[in-house]
Amino acid sequence: MIVQERPMALVQLANPSRFLAFVGRVLPWLVLATLIAFAVGIVLVLMAPDDYQQGATVKIMFVHVPAAWLASLIWAVMSVAALGTLVWRHPLADVAAKTAAPIGAAFTFLCLFAGSMWGRPMWGTYWVWDARLTSVLVMFLMYLGLIALWNTVEDPTRAGRAAAILTLVGAIDLPIIKFSVDWWNTLHQGTSVFRLAGPSIYPTILAPLLVMAFAFTLLFVTLHLAAMRNEILRRRVRTLRLLQAQGA
Amino acid sequence: MGLPAHAAFIIAAYGATVLVVMGLIAWVATDYRTQKRVLADLDARGLGRKTG
Repeated sequence: MIVQERPMALVQLANPSRFLAFVGRVLPWLVLATLIAFAVGIVLVLMAPDDYQQGATVKIMFVHVPAAWLASLIWAVMSVAALGTLVWRHPLADVAAKTAAPIGAAFTFLCLFAGSMWGRPMWGTYWVWDARLTSVLVMFLMYLGLIALWNTVEDPTRAGRAAAILTLVGAIDLPIIKFSVDWWNTLHQGTSVFRLAGPSIYPTILAPLLVMAFAFTLLFVTLHLAAMRNEILRRRVRTLRLLQAQGA
Repeated sequence: MGLPAHAAFIIAAYGATVLVVMGLIAWVATDYRTQKRVLADLDARGLGRKTG
């Protein structure tokens, strides 16, 4: 049987050694692309006009919204990885999920904090128990719970399976976050970027927002690949130590 | 030209962003150095694998 070889096909990346080689090659380019995207984004943020109602506080949106976008995106990535762990038993799926969780928690915290800093001058309060804010807080707590689970169970395979189930159960929070502003009467504003009728934000504010969202996404991909590389190395260390202990 | 109204809230939001991003970068970079050092140490003791 002739097997056609394709350079660095997706299936080949399932091999951790090949994945490490792949990360070594793409990481410098991703770092460069992330720096350029942030440089362009920051220039656009500095040039963006103040909002006629909110004044300069609208600039908080350029970090709050990308952080909120990443909070949900990273959980979605972890959900796909959870399927990879439970259904296909892909060797890198659990590594991907485990390393995405701390990054997701960090951006969810940033979303909540920046939103709070925006809410105080605009709403007159740092926090309100409305559906959008509460569902994002629930996601933050679920991120922390998953991190705790991975750190509590010593065997990575057992921890990965349990975390995968919890991740998929937690994915129910994604549509709740997205549609909370439509389903309930919330203090948080409604959808203003991804709408069927098109964005309701003026282009001079929308452009820096989209560039910053792109830069944050590139940052996540860069950090995630680097963290996955670390986790693969950590599991090699664990295996070697187990072999050492068995040989002693 | 003075600071805009509510400047403290804007500075706090962007300051937190810088801290969070720097923290994540430091976490990944430190962890990478740690794992490489441990692997090199195991390799030096003849326990390393030849799998790349």
